Amino acid sequence: MELIDILLSASFWAAAIRIASPLIFATIGELICERAGVLNLGIEGIMVAGAFAGWIAVWGGLPLWGGVAVALLTGMMLGLVHSIFSVPFGLSQHVVGVGLTLLATSLTFYTYRVVLPEVSSPPKITAFQPYEIPLLSDLPLVGPALFSQTPLTYAAFILAGLTALVLYRTPLGLAVRAAGENPQAVAAQGLSVTAIRMGAVVVGSGFMAVGGAFLTLSAFDSFFFDMVNGRGWICIALVVFGAWKPGKAVLGAVLFAAFDALQIRLQQTGIGAVVPYQVFLMMPYILSILALVVMSRRAEIPAALMVPFNKGER
Amino acid sequence: MRLEPIAAPSFGRRILPPALAIGATFVVAALLAMIAGGNPFAVFGLILKGAFGSKFAILETLNSATPLIFTGLAIAVAFRAKLWNIGAEAQLYAGAVITVVLGTGALSLPAPLMLALCAIAAMLAGALILLGPALLKTRLGVDEVVTTLLFNFIFLLFVSYLLEGPLKDPMGMGWPKSARLIPEARLPRIVEGLRLHWGFALALIAAIAVWVINTLTTLGYEMRAVGQNAEAAAFAGIPVTKVILKTALLSGGLAGLAGFSEVSGLKGSLTLDLSPGFGYTGIVVAMLALLHPLGVVVAALFVAAIFVGADSMSRAAGVPSYLADIMLASALLFMVLAILLTKFRVRRD
Repeated sequence: MELIDILLSASFWAAAIRIASPLIFATIGELICERAGVLNLGIEGIMVAGAFAGWIAVWGGLPLWGGVAVALLTGMMLGLVHSIFSVPFGLSQHVVGVGLTLLATSLTFYTYRVVLPEVSSPPKITAFQPYEIPLLSDLPLVGPALFSQTPLTYAAFILAGLTALVLYRTPLGLAVRAAGENPQAVAAQGLSVTAIRMGAVVVGSGFMAVGGAFLTLSAFDSFFFDMVNGRGWICIALVVFGAWKPGKAVLGAVLFAAFDALQIRLQQTGIGAVVPYQVFLMMPYILSILALVVMSRRAEIPAALMVPFNKGER
Repeated sequence: MRLEPIAAPSFGRRILPPALAIGATFVVAALLAMIAGGNPFAVFGLILKGAFGSKFAILETLNSATPLIFTGLAIAVAFRAKLWNIGAEAQLYAGAVITVVLGTGALSLPAPLMLALCAIAAMLAGALILLGPALLKTRLGVDEVVTTLLFNFIFLLFVSYLLEGPLKDPMGMGWPKSARLIPEARLPRIVEGLRLHWGFALALIAAIAVWVINTLTTLGYEMRAVGQNAEAAAFAGIPVTKVILKTALLSGGLAGLAGFSEVSGLKGSLTLDLSPGFGYTGIVVAMLALLHPLGVVVAALFVAAIFVGADSMSRAAGVPSYLADIMLASALLFMVLAILLTKFRVRRD
């Protein structure tokens, strides 16, 4: 049976982990924003901008990690724009987010055309290469799947772990979570809800941009206009699927990526000869909607998500 | 800082912030044009000339405004009731698909009947597409922003399948495009010889119809009440769920009409590039219009002028036409902030 062969192959799981990596960065970024009470729909545009910024920086001569840093900073700047509109001014997070996605995407495409006016195909860079972790990569099945990835993939998993640690084990994490659950209580402690929320959006947006940069610096070696292709929106669904918890969100991202890797492989089997390829391409989006529907009954949503905080108001 | 409501905003308070928002948009665009090596005044001049400089340019602007009036109305209707419909793109394509299904020879009817049938079917198709996410919102509390956004991708893939399969034009030389509509299913031109079709007039009628619904009907009142405060509306006895579903049907129907108008009035057949994002641009149109249906017409003309103008400016001045998209996105952000500042004063703590 072809399906079992696929599911038992190391290359399949290696692909799933690779596909999951940008989703993990962006999902963790969105999760940080939402835990503080801000829905960041700028995510799609921030990923596009991060993908471009990291790539163009490396193309311009920076080392790969320099490109990651440029993407991070680009995302943080866009996050700052979002947070100024959405936090102190308390404007509709839906409108601001969609507006920021339009702005970041068009700014990216504009910059691309200004920097590379006459190119028919975008230049390539030398992307991150897989790094085999000694000993662990020799393990059967899990070795090639988990421990022969690019450094940015390891970084994604480390980031998720650190985020969980900070959110649940530090005063800062407690403040962030409280800002999303009960901002009045945070203000009563003498802390600034505005500063906490803005900080969370800035940092979270930086991680989203690194997720975008994963596409240009690790998954591929070039930038294309439609390369993010709705991944940002999928990450919003993954945050809900993960019940706003980093561990579950990572699990969701890997599960989702496994389905994605599976549909790519199924296209090349007997099923792919019968079923139109568009059906396979639809699967990620359909799965995301299904995930939202299945999880809708759970009440783990941060209580103050999308509720602006104006001091003095009860 | 904190925001303090202004009890009775003065005339200047209501006018100045939106004017500054438009000004700020042009400053951003001017800076970006300079970065690209263009003279900002020349660039704006070329945009203006490209949009209004000739009879052909003006007609092109009016034609480009047509789908934006429909999608802008669709968004305005939905957002006024706080139904965040970001799926106008899919609803537009649904209207286009049904127009092609009915109008390429499957039925033969006299032109007025054919056009009416296609238009109504397109509205129904668009409405049905939004009904799904609206039901998920009212029944299960699933956020409609994400579901409508994700559904855009699903439906575009479905259209891609249709154009390579059941709806593919056998005479299309292998291109993924539909067969052409029969003449009875084509919206005629308003004035013979001028490239402006009746879709534009239909869009104006739609705007007036939405204005009538908003101001003169119970539904219009209920939609606004639900948008302002759903809990209070429910307390006052308004059937909130029903109102949201009716809003969804109206909003999706308007977006579906955009698809009908584009296929029947302008293109004559369906391809995957029928809409370069009219569904998303409709959000900018609706926000610039402050969600007012007649304002949508003005905003759509403004937005269409920038797009058409930037296209010809780009060819002449070498500044990328994405400048238009940047201008619209910044106008959207500056405008929502400006509207807030017409009602609130910023105070330091």
